Amino acid sequence: MQSPTNFLKHKGWHQTAIIAIIGGIYVFASWILSFDNLAGFTAIPRAFAWLGVNFKPTSSSMEFLPKIWQKLIQTVLLAISSTVVASAISIFIALLGSKVTGINGTVQTIVRGIASFFRNIPLVAWSMILLFSFKQSDFTGFLALLLLSIGYLIRAFMEIIEDEASETMLALKATGASYFQVIFQAVLPQILPSILSWILYTIENNVRDATLVGILTGTGIGFIFDVYFKSFRYDAAGMTVLAIIIVVIALETISNQIRRVIL
Amino acid sequence: MLEVKNLQKSYEKDKPALTDISFNIKPGTFVAIIGPSGAGKTTILRSLNQLIKDDDGQIILDGKDIRTANKEQLRKFRRQIGMVFQNYNLVERLTVIENVLHGRLGYKSTLAGVFGKYTQEEKEEAMSLLKKVGLENFALKRCSELSGGQKQRVGIARSLIQHPKVILCDEPIASLDPASAQNVMELLKRLTDEYNLICIANLHQINMAKKYADQIIGIRKGHLVFDEDADLLSEDILRTLYDQDITKELE
Ligand SMILES: Nc1ncnc2c1ncn2[C@@H]1O[C@H](COP(=O)(O)OP(=O)(O)OP(=O)(O)O)[C@@H](O)[C@H]1O
Ligand SMILES: [Mg+2]
Repeated sequence: MQSPTNFLKHKGWHQTAIIAIIGGIYVFASWILSFDNLAGFTAIPRAFAWLGVNFKPTSSSMEFLPKIWQKLIQTVLLAISSTVVASAISIFIALLGSKVTGINGTVQTIVRGIASFFRNIPLVAWSMILLFSFKQSDFTGFLALLLLSIGYLIRAFMEIIEDEASETMLALKATGASYFQVIFQAVLPQILPSILSWILYTIENNVRDATLVGILTGTGIGFIFDVYFKSFRYDAAGMTVLAIIIVVIALETISNQIRRVIL
Repeated sequence: MLEVKNLQKSYEKDKPALTDISFNIKPGTFVAIIGPSGAGKTTILRSLNQLIKDDDGQIILDGKDIRTANKEQLRKFRRQIGMVFQNYNLVERLTVIENVLHGRLGYKSTLAGVFGKYTQEEKEEAMSLLKKVGLENFALKRCSELSGGQKQRVGIARSLIQHPKVILCDEPIASLDPASAQNVMELLKRLTDEYNLICIANLHQINMAKKYADQIIGIRKGHLVFDEDADLLSEDILRTLYDQDITKELE
């Protein structure tokens, strides 16, 4: 048995050791990559200056606006539709796999495995893999976002169910309610706000990711950014980035409003 | 009549949580189960409606053993046994009346229950029960907007609409202030008499047990050490029940 003072002393030691190790790794890594710390930091303002000069939209970039706008809407719709489909699938799977509503231990392990598999393959890799089968199309982007979102949402939904629904679930089970009655009358109403909050967050995230996916799959806003960038129309590319930022901020504001109402 | 005979339960091998628990309770009796933390009170209560699967014994409600029931029979048993929780266990986002109506789910077809289709009589009964527990003006409020004492009364109304023979209460007043606690205990006592119920409450407050209970069951380390009329609970028995003396335990 450890005495509390002993334990705290040990703990202090551990923390110091961990910080030292992390510092050591950083120094070692900079040396391997021959990464000049100071030059790295001084380059940051210069990079921004370059961006500011070259990416500044000019009056002539205005002509690209309708095209950008159209692609942006396409991208937002892609993000929303992939999230909605992913949520529907994830709720179903999370109910099967959570500790409180799940079928049994084996199914729970399998569901956790699937979720972690989908989540841990990077988005770029998903896009590349799917490109082979589905070529450059909106559907490829949709699938890539869908699979990654499913990975995240299953995990999040399972935790929500376990945290928020176990007590009411027990109460309704005790009244003699059947499994599906408990799910629909207690579990789903109880977890709805948290679930919606996660869905909104995933939509915001998927709009950002859809841009990247678009570069790879040749669709949406990512595609025209790529085209402008490669044809040296930096002002138009800058305009595209600006439009994306505005839409993402707008989406965030809207979903914060929605959250405030539902929570 | 509820008869419990030789109930056994261990969560881990060779570490019994309940050993040979037997007691009888007549309708119209308010029973308090008392005993130190970890004695096995929750385990007894949850065995009675089989939320916990015990290992051995008999639990006989009006002549039928709930332990040997199949899934459909268990559902019929459970709807005759209401349960009230320390943390109320309501669906906080739903309204008071919706939570009360949940007590009817055990009587409904799966589909009607899933979609929350209740009959006019059920709704009227829910309203009259809310009146009984003093919440008739709160029917359409969300449960998250209620105080602890009010939530507990919703929980009690939810169990009453089951038309129960038995109500199990696991520390029903542990999260309440003294005034609300008195209020809830009085309500439980009154309902026990009015509906001729068997009401079993796990309690940590000895004075509440003495004041409201007709019968007291004392549990210590999974053994039943007292089962008598509430009046017969003496200081001596309380000392054995809550004694921490280690030399005694070793015998
Ligand atoms: N799920 C479980 N797994 C393993 N052991 C458990 C479990 N639940 C209870 N126990 C053990 O069984 C014994 C009885 O627990 P129980 O919860 O019935 O006690 P209690 O009398 O209700 O205590 P309290 O007054 O603190 O609520 C305790 O020793 C406890 O550690
Ligand atoms: Mg307990």
